[in-house]
Amino acid sequence: MKRKTTMILLILVCTILQSTVCEMIAVGQIKPNLLIILTVSFGLMRGRRDGLMTGFLCGLISDIFFESIIGFHALLYLWIGYYSGYFYRIFYDDDIKTPLLLISVCDLVYGILQYGFLFLMRGRIHFFYYLGRIIMPEVVYTLLLTIVCYRILYQINRQLSLTDKRSVDRIV
Amino acid sequence: MRKTTNENALSLVCVLLIGISFLGEGLISPVKQVSGFVITPIQKGINGLGSWLSGLADNFEDAVSLREENAQLKERVDQLTVENTQLIQNKEELDRLRELFELDQQYEDYEKVGARIIAKESGNWFQIFTIDKGSKDGIKKDMNVISGSGLVGIVTEVGSSWATVRSIIDDNSSVSAMVSNTSDQCMIAGDLRLLDEGALNLVKLTDSDNKVHVGDKVVTSYISEKFLPGILIGYISELNNDSNNMTKSGLLTPVVDFRHLQEVLVILELKEYIPSDTAAILEEEEGLSGGGSGNGKAEKETEAAPDGEGRTE
Repeated sequence: MKRKTTMILLILVCTILQSTVCEMIAVGQIKPNLLIILTVSFGLMRGRRDGLMTGFLCGLISDIFFESIIGFHALLYLWIGYYSGYFYRIFYDDDIKTPLLLISVCDLVYGILQYGFLFLMRGRIHFFYYLGRIIMPEVVYTLLLTIVCYRILYQINRQLSLTDKRSVDRIV
Repeated sequence: MRKTTNENALSLVCVLLIGISFLGEGLISPVKQVSGFVITPIQKGINGLGSWLSGLADNFEDAVSLREENAQLKERVDQLTVENTQLIQNKEELDRLRELFELDQQYEDYEKVGARIIAKESGNWFQIFTIDKGSKDGIKKDMNVISGSGLVGIVTEVGSSWATVRSIIDDNSSVSAMVSNTSDQCMIAGDLRLLDEGALNLVKLTDSDNKVHVGDKVVTSYISEKFLPGILIGYISELNNDSNNMTKSGLLTPVVDFRHLQEVLVILELKEYIPSDTAAILEEEEGLSGGGSGNGKAEKETEAAPDGEGRTE
C-alpha cells in the first residue's frame, strides 16, 4: 500500500517537474526527459510489471495534459518500462553503468518512435536534422540528469524494499 | 504468465484510448477536467516559487544598474509623452476617418483577459503550453491568444481554471494570413526545423504584381476560419519564387519572443463563422488533431502542414 502511494506520488511529482522545472533548465530549448529516467529505473530495479505500470501512468498523465490523442505516449512508455524490466535479473543495484546505458538507448528509441509517428507521418522527411537537433541532445541531457536522479531513485527504492520486508516479517 | 497478460491488456487499453480520442473528444474531456483540477494549482505554485527565487537573485545584480536605468527611463518618459500626444491626435483623426468608412466594427478593441504560462509540453517536439485561466474566466476553445506585440497562438483545450494553447511556431500550426499593405494572401506555418532561427515558414503567397518585399508586415487574414482579422504576426525576412512561378514562399520573423514568453492575453471573442457543410466536417476533424498521423487534414486551415514547400534543402 505504502509502496503504491509512494510510486503514484513519485510519478505525479516527476510529470509536474517535467512540465515546469525542466522548462527552466532547458539548454538550447532542449529539455531532459525525467519520465524516461523514472520508467527505466523502476523497470530495472523492480522488474517488468512495475516498469510497465510506471511507464503507463507516466505516459497517461502527460497525454492527458498536452496531447489530444490519449494513449499514445502511454503506449510508448509502457513498452519502454516493460522491456527495460527484462534487464532486472542481470543487473546489480549499485552499478550505475547499466542504467546509464539503458536509459540512453531507451531515450533514443523513444525519440525515434516519436519522430516516426508524429513527424514522418506528416511528411517531415529530414530525419537527420531531427536526430541531430532534437533526439541526440535530449539523450545527452537526459544521460547527465540520470547521474543525479538515479541515486535518489535508488535510495527511494531501497527504503521501500526495507519497509516491505519489515511488514512481511511482522506478518510471519 | 500473469505478467504477459498484464502487458497485453494495458497495450490494448492504450490502443482503445487512442481509438476513443479519435472518435470523440467529448468522452475524454471529463477525465481531463478532473486531472487538470488537481495538477494545475501545483504547477502554478512551482512556477511561482521558481520566479520568486530567480527574482531574489536578480535583486542583488540589479541594484547598481537600477539607478542608471532610472535616469535613462525618465528621459524616455519625457520623450514618449511628447510622442504620445502626437499619437493621440493622430488616433482621433483616424477614428473619425474610420467612422467615415464604417470600418470601426472590424478594428474595434477586443475584450481580453491576461493569463500566465504555467507549464509547457513535456517533450521537445511540440510548442504547446498551459495557461492559468480557463472557462471560469470566459475562455473558450479556438480563442486567439496574443502577447503585447502580436499573435501567439490559439486555445485548443479548456478546463475550469486552465487552458492549453498551441503556439503558431508549433510544427502542427498553420495560420492563414495576408500581407498588410497589399492584402495578398498566404499561409504561415510553424516548423520545428526553424527552431534556432525562431522563424516561421511563409508559403503559398500569391503576389502576381510583385509588390511584396522583404520587411513587409504580415497580419492574420480576414478569410481565416478561427483567427480574428488584422492581428500582427510578424515581418517577412526572406522571399523566394516557388518552382511553379505562381506563388512565393519564404520566412517570417514573428514579433513575439516565444522563448521568453511568460504572460499572454486571450481575446475573449470568437471569430464568427457560419460553417458550410465542408466546414462542419472539418470542425469534426479538429478532434483528431494534436500531432497524430495527419493525412486527412492537409487542407484544414489551422492544422495544415505544408510539406516544407517553404524551404527546400
